[in-house]
Amino acid sequence: MKKLEVKNINKSFDGKPVLQDVSIELNEGELVCLLGVSGSGKSTLFNIISGILQADSGTVLLDGEDVTNKSGHISYMLQKDMLLPYRTIEDNVALPLLLKGEKKKVARAAVSALFDRFGLDGTQKKYPSQLSGGMRQRAALLRTYIFSRSVALLDEPFSALDALTKASMHKWYLDLMQNIRLSTVFITHDVDEAILLSDRIYLLSGSPARITQEIVINETKPRRDDFPLTQEFLEYKRKILSLL
Amino acid sequence: MLRRNLPSVIAVVSLIAIWQAVCSSGLIPPYMLPSPIAVVKAFISEIPALWSHSLITLQEAFIGLFFGVGVGFLAAILMDHFTVLYKAFNPILIITQTIPSVAIAPLLVLWFGYEMTPKIVLIVITTFFPITVGLLGGFRSADKDAVNLLRSMGATRLQIFRYIKFPSALPQFFSGLKIASAYSVVGAVISEWLGGFGGLGVYMTRVKKAFAFDKMFAVIFLISIISLALMALVNFAEKKCMPYNYLDKKHKRKI
Repeated sequence: MKKLEVKNINKSFDGKPVLQDVSIELNEGELVCLLGVSGSGKSTLFNIISGILQADSGTVLLDGEDVTNKSGHISYMLQKDMLLPYRTIEDNVALPLLLKGEKKKVARAAVSALFDRFGLDGTQKKYPSQLSGGMRQRAALLRTYIFSRSVALLDEPFSALDALTKASMHKWYLDLMQNIRLSTVFITHDVDEAILLSDRIYLLSGSPARITQEIVINETKPRRDDFPLTQEFLEYKRKILSLL
Repeated sequence: MLRRNLPSVIAVVSLIAIWQAVCSSGLIPPYMLPSPIAVVKAFISEIPALWSHSLITLQEAFIGLFFGVGVGFLAAILMDHFTVLYKAFNPILIITQTIPSVAIAPLLVLWFGYEMTPKIVLIVITTFFPITVGLLGGFRSADKDAVNLLRSMGATRLQIFRYIKFPSALPQFFSGLKIASAYSVVGAVISEWLGGFGGLGVYMTRVKKAFAFDKMFAVIFLISIISLALMALVNFAEKKCMPYNYLDKKHKRKI
């Protein structure tokens, strides 16, 4: 079943086209990656999907429902964790519920059950500045999940983390996705990360940006530990680098 | 605590010692410069009068500060919300601050009489400005990405104000409030000085006319102490309202 369908999106700023006829699909439980060089319009596309920016034309369907140019249906997560420094982790995470008009007590109770699953137990009453980068990204992810439980849009979520933390976050995220049946669209400019995590990769390039290629990664999940060292992995990488 | 403040403590103590030495040596006649000991004696003997006048001044300062903060808040919110209002009133706001309060105070006495009203009006005029400027700067410093994130979650403008803009402006608000609280006491004293029936300003004009400079010094110190106490109160409130800015460094990054 299709979770998210983005069809024929066009967008220009001040007459200069940025996105041209961009279409992507996301099936349930899938992790799909948008790969492209910086400034190729990936983040613009996310802003359109989440309804912050208005598309010039095209449609966005979430579970078959038309949510084009409507905010409040799909949220996203950035490289910056965007946790509010003046709210405790639990109040940050509960924010989407508070925005929907929930009472503070109810919202806190609703999120507390998920702290354990996201590996955040014991951080409820802490402030973001007291947490490490990896923990803050987990909290930001939990907040995104609280907002929309089925689809996550992640804009370079792990790119600010150090290599070791990043590797453990990759593994953790793939496990989590299976556990909570999450579908993910993921932006990155890191080819290795894209191959490691994705079921499918959309290559976005040119000016205005178009989807130039769709690459399916035929590799079972959970991934083998040595997958990044295999011949197949290198083949995918060679192919993508030649296309970018 | 003492170790950190040691240089300033030494400086203050030696200044007072020099002052006492100069007075004891008889270089300056006591009616021109009373000695610190004389000032302390005057302070103690005048406690009942100082107390009753302080109450009047503090009452004016608090009422004035209350309305000043209210007006400052309202002005900042309106000017942040409507760009037209910002463009229209920002220059006027700055011009009002270039007019010395000693110049306005007699006019206010003329318009509102010798009672409390002109004092409160003057304090409101002098205290709302640091609040408004602080809050406006704070609202503008709100993180654009955070605002966008809340919008993606379907937040209304009011919710964006409540969850992003207002908390982002709190540090600047408290800086403004510290200045405003000091202004409020000074404003009250000045307006009493220029016309009134009670308060530390009135007391000052009386002891000045009596050439009782020891009492004059006593009241000057009292006003400083009151201003410092108010600022300490604001500091305390700041720590209560923004505990996240005062987290123990040792506990940071522990997880």
